[in-house]
Amino acid sequence: MVVPVQYYLALSVALFALGVIGVLIRRNALVIYMSIEMMLNAVNLAFIGFADYFKAVDGQMFVFFVLTVAAAEVAVGLALIVAIFRNRGDVYVDNLNILKW
Amino acid sequence: MQTLFFILGAVALISGGLVVFQKHPLRSALWLIVNFFAVAGIYLLAHAEFIAAIQVIVYAGAIMVLFLFVIMLMNIRQPEEDPKIPFIGRKLAGIILAGFTGLILIYGVTKATLTTAKEMAPGLGNTESIARSLFTDYLLPFEVTSVLLLVAIVGAVVLAKSKLK
Repeated sequence: MVVPVQYYLALSVALFALGVIGVLIRRNALVIYMSIEMMLNAVNLAFIGFADYFKAVDGQMFVFFVLTVAAAEVAVGLALIVAIFRNRGDVYVDNLNILKW
Repeated sequence: MQTLFFILGAVALISGGLVVFQKHPLRSALWLIVNFFAVAGIYLLAHAEFIAAIQVIVYAGAIMVLFLFVIMLMNIRQPEEDPKIPFIGRKLAGIILAGFTGLILIYGVTKATLTTAKEMAPGLGNTESIARSLFTDYLLPFEVTSVLLLVAIVGAVVLAKSKLK
C-alpha cells in the first residue's frame, strides 16, 4: 500500500509551520537555528514525497543539495553565533538591536 | 505502510513541537534528533534509502553534534530568561503568523494539479541510480557544492577565530 503524496505534503506543511512558530516565538538564536533546520527538513520531505510520486530521482538530488547547503549554512551560522556570544555574552535575538534605528 | 507513515509522522510532529516549546536549548537539540530520525524513517518509506542514510549521518550525526558543541561552549545552564517586554502577546502573535503561513501553504498545495505518475524505473532511489544521476545530469552542481563547502569551512574558521577584528 503506497502512501499518497498528499500525506507527505500535509506533514511537510505541518512541520514547516512548526518551524515558523519556533523562529517567531523563540528568543534564543540557537533554537531559532534548530527551527530553521526543521523547516529545511520539511521542504526536503515534500521533495521526497514528490520524487516518490513521480518516480523520478531528481527530487532526491535536490534533497542531496539542500542537505549539503544546510551543512555549510550550519557551520557558518554556528560560527557567527559563537562570535556573537563572545562579543555580547548571550545569544538572545531581542538583545541584538544595534541595527535598530 | 500507511500506519507506519502515520506513526512516524506523529513522532516527527510531536518531537518538532517539543523542539519549539522546550525551555532549554539542550532539550530542544535532543528532540530535534528524534525529529530527524522520524523524518529519515519516512524517507525510507518513500523509497529514498540513500537520502535516509545521509539524513541520519549528516543531520542527526554531524549537524546535531555541532549544535551540541556550541551549546556546551556557551555553557547555557539556565532556561531562557524572561524578556523585558511581555512574552505571551508575542508568542500568540508568532503562532498566529505561523498559522497564516501554514494556511497559505495549504492553499497553494490544494490549488496544485498533479499530473499522473510515471512507471517506476527499476532500482529507483538506490545509491547506484543516485550516483549515476549525480555524475551525469547534476555534475556541475555537484562540483559547485564542493566549492561551497570549502567556502563554508574557511568562513567558519575565520568567524570562530578568537576575535572579530
